[in-house]
Amino acid sequence: MGRWLTSGRVFWLGLFAVTWLLSQYSFQLYKALDARWIIRYPKKWQLPLEDSISGFLDWLVETANFYFFTFRDLTRAIAAVLEAPYQFLRNLLIEGFTTGYGDSAVQLAPSLGWVAVVVCVIAIGHYARNWALAALVGACFLYLAVFGQWHSAMITLASVLIAVPIGAVGGLFLGIAAYRAPWFNRLLQPVLDLMQTVPVFAYLVPILILFGFGPVAALVATVIYAMPPMVRITILSLHSVPEEIQEAGRMAGCTKRQIMWKVLVPSATPSLMVGVNQVIMLSLNMVIIASMIGAGGLGFDVLASLRRLDIGAGIEAGLAIVVMAIALDRASQAFAERSQRNLPEGNLLQRHPWSSTVLLVILANLVLGRFVPALQTYPDAMTLTTGPFWSDAMEWINVNFFDTFEAIKVVVLQGLLLPVKKFFSGIPWAWGIIATGLISWRIGGWKLGVMAALMMAFIAASGLWAKAMITIYLCGVSVLIATVIGIPLGIWAAEKPAAGRVILGFMDTLQTLPSFVYLIPVVMLFRVGDFSAMIAVVLYALAPAVRYAAHGLRDVPEQMIEAGVMSGCTKRQLLWRVKLPLATPQLLLGLNQTIMLAISMLVITALVGTRDLGQEVYIALTKANAGQGIVAGLSVAFIAIVADRIVNALAEGQRRRLGL
Amino acid sequence: MNQSVILECRDVWKLYGPNAETFLKNTPAPKKGDLGRAGLIGAVRAANVQIFKGEIFVIMGLSGSGKSTLVRCLSRLVEPTAGEIHFEGENLLNKTDKELIQIRRSKMGMVFQQFALLPHLTVLENAAFPLDVQGVPKAERLARAQEVVELVGLKGREGYYPRELSGGQQQRVGIARSLAVEPDLWFLDEPFSALDPLIRREMQDEFIRLQNMLHKTIIFITHDFDEAIRLADRIAVMKDGAIQQVAKPEELVLNPATDYVAEFTRHVNRAKVITAAALAEPLSGDSFSGTVPANATIETIGDRVEAAEHPFHVEQDGEVIGQITRSAVIDVLVGRR
Repeated sequence: MGRWLTSGRVFWLGLFAVTWLLSQYSFQLYKALDARWIIRYPKKWQLPLEDSISGFLDWLVETANFYFFTFRDLTRAIAAVLEAPYQFLRNLLIEGFTTGYGDSAVQLAPSLGWVAVVVCVIAIGHYARNWALAALVGACFLYLAVFGQWHSAMITLASVLIAVPIGAVGGLFLGIAAYRAPWFNRLLQPVLDLMQTVPVFAYLVPILILFGFGPVAALVATVIYAMPPMVRITILSLHSVPEEIQEAGRMAGCTKRQIMWKVLVPSATPSLMVGVNQVIMLSLNMVIIASMIGAGGLGFDVLASLRRLDIGAGIEAGLAIVVMAIALDRASQAFAERSQRNLPEGNLLQRHPWSSTVLLVILANLVLGRFVPALQTYPDAMTLTTGPFWSDAMEWINVNFFDTFEAIKVVVLQGLLLPVKKFFSGIPWAWGIIATGLISWRIGGWKLGVMAALMMAFIAASGLWAKAMITIYLCGVSVLIATVIGIPLGIWAAEKPAAGRVILGFMDTLQTLPSFVYLIPVVMLFRVGDFSAMIAVVLYALAPAVRYAAHGLRDVPEQMIEAGVMSGCTKRQLLWRVKLPLATPQLLLGLNQTIMLAISMLVITALVGTRDLGQEVYIALTKANAGQGIVAGLSVAFIAIVADRIVNALAEGQRRRLGL
Repeated sequence: MNQSVILECRDVWKLYGPNAETFLKNTPAPKKGDLGRAGLIGAVRAANVQIFKGEIFVIMGLSGSGKSTLVRCLSRLVEPTAGEIHFEGENLLNKTDKELIQIRRSKMGMVFQQFALLPHLTVLENAAFPLDVQGVPKAERLARAQEVVELVGLKGREGYYPRELSGGQQQRVGIARSLAVEPDLWFLDEPFSALDPLIRREMQDEFIRLQNMLHKTIIFITHDFDEAIRLADRIAVMKDGAIQQVAKPEELVLNPATDYVAEFTRHVNRAKVITAAALAEPLSGDSFSGTVPANATIETIGDRVEAAEHPFHVEQDGEVIGQITRSAVIDVLVGRR
């Protein structure tokens, strides 16, 4: 008994007991002491942050100027710079080039037409890897044409084609600057943390105020959302270029600029391409959200049909986004893995077979399209629609399985969600701040403790404590379930290679789906509420738990396993005594990713009627209240940052204990 | 010997840790203990080396002995904490970045342990890289690169990428690249350590062949004593950042300056190092079986002397300086001496 009660166990048990007691009896406590502040943060202590932020934005837009130009001019200039290439791509892909306005408009050249675009992507697929990839991306784009999504898809493609280069190049330059100047890096890191944890909804409003409703605002939001991983990957991959290669560059007499552009960047290109892939996927992830501030395209179709509760159309447009995501993801991954090849010899045509073929097809299509309109625009008569099928399927499921779903929902709600909710909601804010500080201090030292306590205090002082607790409860339950499902799946995938290929392949696909897509079937089956939100979050956040578990187990050194086998471990002992303990740091990293994804998804589930911080952010968006949105968004970000630091500190401690 | 000094380092220090420079200013000749107390690591301590034109100078030591740091101080890839480095009579540490780039572009070449080839360039482009950054026109630099690629025996593989080559071939590219600018001073940082023993041997032969053609001044780093004695004109042995002894291989074996050097050289095959001159004794009779050159190692003459009936003359510059007997050779061969 005495040995079992280590100081660590006393600390954790004590902390939990106190929290539980306070949570259970906070109401009685408030009655007994007649101190209402115990359960509710007093209004008069609240920080007036919301108004100051809104006021600041107003000032920025109305009066701010930098001697030569006003802030307004600046945003207009940015908008113009974005608008021009975007419009060009729209003309190229959809509308064609015209001169003049209205009735006097004269078409100079038609748009590329679907045949030309499909041939283009096939060429890109083959260039990036092989015919299999070419067939895949070709089929994906063909799908868009056949299923009548072409027009919307091309609008989406145009904005992705603008956002990705800006995000990638911008990220590259920021990363290079941070690599070169340590002070800039120190400045940048917290900004990146915030950019990656503040929910997108929160900065939609300020962007809306600065840039107005429309594709440009959507592009700005997309770039802000998609850039941070590129910056991080750039910094990381520049640092991981072997020291010797850099020294070789210096000994060859490179100037600083030559070192960067002739040595470091080319050597790091494969990892940089991983960053570009990230930017593409995040840009697609933003498609639906960005359509809230005027992006149009597939995202708008999904959103509109969700609002109309038009299940079929929603799924159709959602699938189109998925198909496009898969095509772009696979193609860009192939580029990342693509190795240099020797150029074939010969004349211009022979050296660039694909460029010339594509050019020929485009020209032929341009000419033939005049006479055969079906080549230019995919004929409506030949489109297929799956909308009614999905609607019917959903209806059939709902008619036949309603009771089953309802029963599951009630059991989980009563047995898990509500008790946990009651526990978290009951914690008095003051103790919540102290407890978070104590947990962080115990795991990560006093600096982390102070930081965590301050961040929680910020949430309380903004009057968002109750909503934050709902966020934490929903996130906690979802992460728990995702981990309980995900880690065994990961173990299975690691132990059985055949199953692993299927499971990890499935997880890859899950990760390419834009977060919004998860909402559609969930809402259809379970309607709105905490339970639906939880299901959507679990689905979205499952992938990292599985992946990291599988990787962690596979990365256990062969020698350790052999040592285990030779010591006479059974398979079960091998797993529990050798592999899992060694994989804990990886498992914790997976947990960290799961939490981050859960929090980002949670904000989106505000659309299905949760009452957490996400809802606060979403309300701010509908009311265009920038201050409210940013404060709530920062609160979400702080929760995410505290969780991230705690789990990272745990993983770090574990790594040190294992001597890895 | 009358040779001119091309590179000389005087009292060079490289300390890692907080406030290394101020510490060194306040404590001019710190002992190892002083450094530890100040929280500093002495990667290079009070290094004094002279390198003569045309020699192969080997810096040798175990990993962590500071040999890599010292060579990086000599090429100023690493900024020394204190000391002077004179290259062709001028202090390298006073050079501006611009001047340094010029020196590296025309007078220095370096080969790296892990090859450090640029993965996105072909063999030919890698070899041409130092010329590329100088802005040499494409045709000209590729022609020169072709020459060095052929020199290292990679003709026919110009269009390959580094990952398509074996380790030995990759290092040949590394050597070609370092020779492209015809450097006066050639640094080789453990160039063969990452290679398999058989390939290493082959590359050492290749290196000797190249040096016999090119006669460069070479600073060669290795942790392999056999490699050192095989290639070196002179060897500097390093331990814990300090140079223990600088001497010819034979001297190192016969007169080690410290216990550490003695320990290091104990297991060396002496027949490979000791020359006839070292065993020469005054002439004692009239009958001789033949003559051996004074600088021949016992390994090369052992068989002949041992099989013959009478001692051999040891000859230097056409003059007999003594005799070498059968028993002296056997002493060396069986390790008595």
